[in-house]
Amino acid sequence: MARDLAPEVERLLQTRDPNTKKKAALCSIRIVRKVPDLAENFMGSAASLLKEKHHGVLISVVQLCTELCKASREALEYLRKHSVEGLVRILRDVSNSSYAPEYDIAGITDPFLHIRVLRLMRTLGQGDADCSEHVNDILAQVATKTESNKNAGNAILYECVETIMGIEATSGLRVLAINILGRFLSNRDNNIRYVALNMLMKAMAVDTLAVQRHRVTILECVKDADVSIRKRALELVYLLVNDTNVKPLTKELVDYLEVSDDDFKEDLTAKICSIVEKFSQDKLWYLDQMFKVLTLTGNFVKDDVWHALIVLISNAPELQGYSVRSLYKALQASGTQESLVRVAVWCIGEYGEMLVNNISMLDVEEPITVTESDAVDALELALKRYSVDVTTRAMCLVALLKLSSRFPQTSKRIQAIVVQNKGNTVLELQQRSIEFNSIIQRHQSIKSSLLERMPVLDEASYLLKRAASSQATVSLTKSAPSAASGGSLKVPNGAVKPPPAPLADLLDLSSDDAPVTTSAPSTAPNDFLQDLLGIGLIDTSTAGGAPSASTDILMDLLSIGSYPVQNGLPATSNIGSPGQVTKHAPGTPQVIDLLDGLSPSTPLPDVNAAYPSITAFQSATLKMTFNFKKQPGKPQETTMHASFTNLTSVTLTNFMFQAAVPKFIQLRLDPASSSTLPASGNGSITQSLSVTNNQHGQKPLAMRIRISYKVNGEDRLEQGQISNFPAGL
Amino acid sequence: WILFQVHCHLIFLFFSASSQINFVLLISRQGKVRLTKWYSPYTQKERTKVIRELSGLILTRGPKLCNFVEWRGYKVVYRRYASLYFCMCIDADDNELEVLEIIHHFVEILDRYFGSVCELDLIFNFHKAYYVLDEILISGELQESSKKNVARLIAAQDSLVEAAKEEAGSISNIIAQATK
Repeated sequence: MARDLAPEVERLLQTRDPNTKKKAALCSIRIVRKVPDLAENFMGSAASLLKEKHHGVLISVVQLCTELCKASREALEYLRKHSVEGLVRILRDVSNSSYAPEYDIAGITDPFLHIRVLRLMRTLGQGDADCSEHVNDILAQVATKTESNKNAGNAILYECVETIMGIEATSGLRVLAINILGRFLSNRDNNIRYVALNMLMKAMAVDTLAVQRHRVTILECVKDADVSIRKRALELVYLLVNDTNVKPLTKELVDYLEVSDDDFKEDLTAKICSIVEKFSQDKLWYLDQMFKVLTLTGNFVKDDVWHALIVLISNAPELQGYSVRSLYKALQASGTQESLVRVAVWCIGEYGEMLVNNISMLDVEEPITVTESDAVDALELALKRYSVDVTTRAMCLVALLKLSSRFPQTSKRIQAIVVQNKGNTVLELQQRSIEFNSIIQRHQSIKSSLLERMPVLDEASYLLKRAASSQATVSLTKSAPSAASGGSLKVPNGAVKPPPAPLADLLDLSSDDAPVTTSAPSTAPNDFLQDLLGIGLIDTSTAGGAPSASTDILMDLLSIGSYPVQNGLPATSNIGSPGQVTKHAPGTPQVIDLLDGLSPSTPLPDVNAAYPSITAFQSATLKMTFNFKKQPGKPQETTMHASFTNLTSVTLTNFMFQAAVPKFIQLRLDPASSSTLPASGNGSITQSLSVTNNQHGQKPLAMRIRISYKVNGEDRLEQGQISNFPAGL
Repeated sequence: WILFQVHCHLIFLFFSASSQINFVLLISRQGKVRLTKWYSPYTQKERTKVIRELSGLILTRGPKLCNFVEWRGYKVVYRRYASLYFCMCIDADDNELEVLEIIHHFVEILDRYFGSVCELDLIFNFHKAYYVLDEILISGELQESSKKNVARLIAAQDSLVEAAKEEAGSISNIIAQATK
């Protein structure tokens, strides 16, 4: 439609009636916007129309010219050549003209025309020194002569300053512009101040020093009553921050944070956090600022911010004592801010002994007396009173567990606290509570090595990861033993859900951990998690020593024989803190090791020659064999028949078989033939399963099993890993 | 056609970055809409949404605050005249002070035309208010900076309307006479 009408409109541009002309001009703007190619058609008429006297037509035509310049380079060049002088003349005439009642607004003749012409000059002069030279004088004249007591005058000055900033102006002119802005900034009228702040942001690019001079006024504006002004001022302050003024500026902002109102707090917090992070040369200062912010507005602090804080603390051993003490004090003062509670709880758990013994005090600190039970009190308070959030409470439980190892006398008390959550309706808390209770109760010997200090979270790679993924951290975190598959994969009834989200969920049982990302696709963790259940478990022992390869650590944790802890300890993940698994010394053999009984026997030759059946599992009471069948044409799928034989002379009842497989395998379990296993092999239970190996050919099949039954009225549980699947499944 | 509508919806609030006004709203203090003029394609649903959002934003602002609000990346310039808020939406990099002047320009012309205009005039003669607006702004651009010219044009339009009415009146007279 635009193309069809364009010639018509062009013709109308040439009529005599100014009324029609101006409307035709504005119509052309729309046409050109729709079809930029047509710009050249209008070039000529537009340039010639600049000689008109009628203001209405002039305004419209100037608009048209501006649009043409935007639409096509050719038009821009053409107009630059032909119309600059004309424009200067127009502006001069209208600026110098005496009182004209028709166009007068607040003592200025036709400010609209002033502004439009100035804008066109800006478009023409941008990047073009020649044109800029031509307009220099008139700009100076307008800038100095225009009165600024009325809004119209200020509007013109504003446009003038914008134009000066936009073209290649002389330095004298620039100084003039900045002075005008300075005047605006101290004007009492809110509108003017708003406009000034806006302009100053653009002026930053041109002359930073001049803007810095107005820093104090701008800081005042951050505290203004008007929301729009506050927002602009805050953005400007953010741009103004550099290494020299960051400390006083941050102090001002943090002070203001206390009194600001809620909807502004979020913006302010975010800005403060990013400033502090960007300019944190001094770790101590960074920690201080972050602690203050957490105390004041922890609820608005984003997750990745406090994660980064934790990473920093773990990387700065000399500041750990200071951190934990400050956080403890902050926690005592107020526990309403969720993030503060989380960070504090983590630190108390990790560095509890530093807190109590006043280790590595800095000069500025005063010694505080905190007893072990005080520390436990604080955690208990956090658990019960302060936090409603599951994540925080889970972190408290972990911290309590760590303390029970660091402060052995409090162990009983901690156990009592932990046990209270045994019946909690939230699965996460219940699970942790039960499992921690079991650690405290029965595994005294390995507890201390389980709960040793976390290895230093790798800051560099963390920052890299964080920059790479827009989400927060990959939470592959493990503090205490990450007995991976224990929790997440085994689901009663033998039905196994392949974990949906990648790696993270394999080891991290946090149910509500928002930053558990599906997005961070770092490959390293991929490997080490996949190997978790992959065949080819390397039984590398990690006696002491730093975690060399995370792969090894995890393998070790779960590899048969050196895996001492039963009942599948969950990933007591410290939520949100990325990191590697704690070094885990192989446990003592006295711990009940149900897997002792595992002795995968050699695969028996079978009728189904391709895939011989195997004795998957054998213990003192049971034997389980697998037969395999594969369908031709579907190499990834295998159907297996498990058959269980009772090796004792007592009947086993309530027999239940469960299986877990690694991520790349899908498993379906059919109901068993019965749940009673007659004694001495007089009968057997069969159950069939079908397995799909998505990485058939690349990775072999692996499976962990759990069998539960009742014998003589008592419940028994047996677990094992099947690693002797025939190749090629 | 459906594609066009979908496209419209997708480009909701996509304007070219030029100095045009995107829409004009006149809202009373109680939140009643007296006049709306849209210079970009908006669906009906979008329009109501915009009106609702802006009413909430603007009507709750205090008297001493500045006349600009930032909304969805655009700026809305508003000014209160007696019981009416005149709002105009512009792009983020336009001259807000100038738009304030445009609003004032519009109000002064209305004042001259209606003679001491009040909200009631706009309620009962909203069609005339639209005519006036159309003589000041076309497609979001200012077209006439002289109040006298606008007044003259509107007066010319009015006289045309009168003449047409008379003519219609006289024809019906003739017919009535003829068929009596």
